[in-house]
Amino acid sequence: MTPSYLDIKSQFPVLTKAPAPGQPPLVYLDTAATAQKPKAVLDAMDQFYRESYGTVRRGVYRLSEKATAAYEGTRKKVAALLGAASEKEIIYTRGATDGLNLVAASYGGSQLKAGDEIILSQLEHHANIVPWQLVAEKTGAAIRVIPCDDRGVLDLEAYRALLTSGKVKIVAVGHVSNALGTINPIREMADLAHAAGAVIVVDGAQGISHMPVDVRALGADFYAFSSHKMFGPTGVGILYGRYELLEKMPPYQGGGDMIRQVTFEKTTYQNPPHRFEAGTPSIAEVVGLGAAVDWLQSVGLDKIQAHEHALLQYGTRLLSQIPGLTLIGTAPEKAGVLGFVLEGIHPHDIGTMLDMDGIAIRAGHHCAQPVMARFNVPATARASLGPYNTEADLDALAAGIRKIQGMFK
Amino acid sequence: MSQANELYQQVILDHNRNPRNYREMPGATHVCHGHNPLCGDNITVYAKVGPNDVIEDLSFQGNGCAISKASASLMTTQLKGKPIAEARALFGEFHEMVKGNLDPETQPNHLGKLKLFEGVKEYSSRIKCATLSWHALIGGPRCRESPVFPSRSGGAFPPS
Repeated sequence: MTPSYLDIKSQFPVLTKAPAPGQPPLVYLDTAATAQKPKAVLDAMDQFYRESYGTVRRGVYRLSEKATAAYEGTRKKVAALLGAASEKEIIYTRGATDGLNLVAASYGGSQLKAGDEIILSQLEHHANIVPWQLVAEKTGAAIRVIPCDDRGVLDLEAYRALLTSGKVKIVAVGHVSNALGTINPIREMADLAHAAGAVIVVDGAQGISHMPVDVRALGADFYAFSSHKMFGPTGVGILYGRYELLEKMPPYQGGGDMIRQVTFEKTTYQNPPHRFEAGTPSIAEVVGLGAAVDWLQSVGLDKIQAHEHALLQYGTRLLSQIPGLTLIGTAPEKAGVLGFVLEGIHPHDIGTMLDMDGIAIRAGHHCAQPVMARFNVPATARASLGPYNTEADLDALAAGIRKIQGMFK
Repeated sequence: MSQANELYQQVILDHNRNPRNYREMPGATHVCHGHNPLCGDNITVYAKVGPNDVIEDLSFQGNGCAISKASASLMTTQLKGKPIAEARALFGEFHEMVKGNLDPETQPNHLGKLKLFEGVKEYSSRIKCATLSWHALIGGPRCRESPVFPSRSGGAFPPS
């Protein structure tokens, strides 16, 4: 059966740019780090700056009204993308990391007390570990960790056992592992968390642009992600939170726009989401994110998921045939991440040497040192897929790897 | 030819494959461990310093990427028999070269074979690989314990 691939590379200027003389064309396999931008997003931001740029939620002139409409319009688009009950559940942040810090500091900081427990998983990115450590230190809460097996699949029996302590208030888990590609069973984990009286915070950085995400179908109480991994600009992200939880959370940062009234004696705050949005935001970036959401909807997340799944299977077959190559992360439910190590060749050498063929991959610990420790490697090489990748990109990767092995012989 | 091709030349690949002076040193006068937790590179440098501060013997052991291993290997071959002050000055030149501040083709230097690492300047993330063993020897952020020869300011290369 021929997989139904998308044909959208031509929409990405950086991927279709003619290389400098003597240089190979770019093969971009680092979408899990950051995604390239389609022309639609670049044009939307450019046009906004040229024609409609002004401050938001402050001005009483038409330019500001126009900017505010575009800015708030993204909130509605994101709410629709996520299947949220209301756009009031959509908070603009600086990115997934900022969103997770917001939940940890505000929800965790106000709800946790000494002796409470936070459950994380072995697969987490540092952004979903360190904020919880910071709040655990402040509140006296303890952190428990769900282990994973040799494929990178979470041990749900161990998770159930951790939940029986009766002290768990928060479960924080990634939707998709950035280092291994494992897709975690969020619905099942959410049901178990809720039955134990805990809320579930989902790090959606690697989930959002690779599959349809419906926060209510997933049972997520919070879902955080970055715009730049979903074909939008850097500097902006989204935290989805269930409104009744957001309502009881104190502000995260203080400043303009998040207040109702300020006196030196007492300050009152806005309702969510604005309570959590202090200061002039990344206006054009939010508009760019809106264009990215439109773009994703027009391509279709189900089609992107099918494209990347077919490529993942193709790439897994190709890499598995290379002697001396070991795939790290072989969960049956997996997104487009190919983590690997080569016998006798350090991942950093692989990364730099692939660059000589124009192939961009990530090499290192992927901000997931506990994952590296679990698999007993200092680092891995990681090729990650986006909707613009093709079988030819993976052919180039496999050829590049074989060439490196030849040079190291 | 791209910079990566220039960086991974046969000499560097050969030093990675067959590192020189790759051994423990019983009776070393100085031992220092260099560790880069970011990439897991681990190198131990051994030195035997004689009278007049001359490096009589220099060796290393450890694991790391090809750049860190070849750099350690070439460091041992280039510094053996040299006075400490010369080693320190040579590291100064090496460090400036890999940071892209010294062009070994146009500016005076004593780098010799160490010029092979010039390509590192294209990859700022790899500078720490190329300098790991040097930091262990001379001192620097990658040296967790006290370095073999703590750096001093103003160590000029003696006239050759």
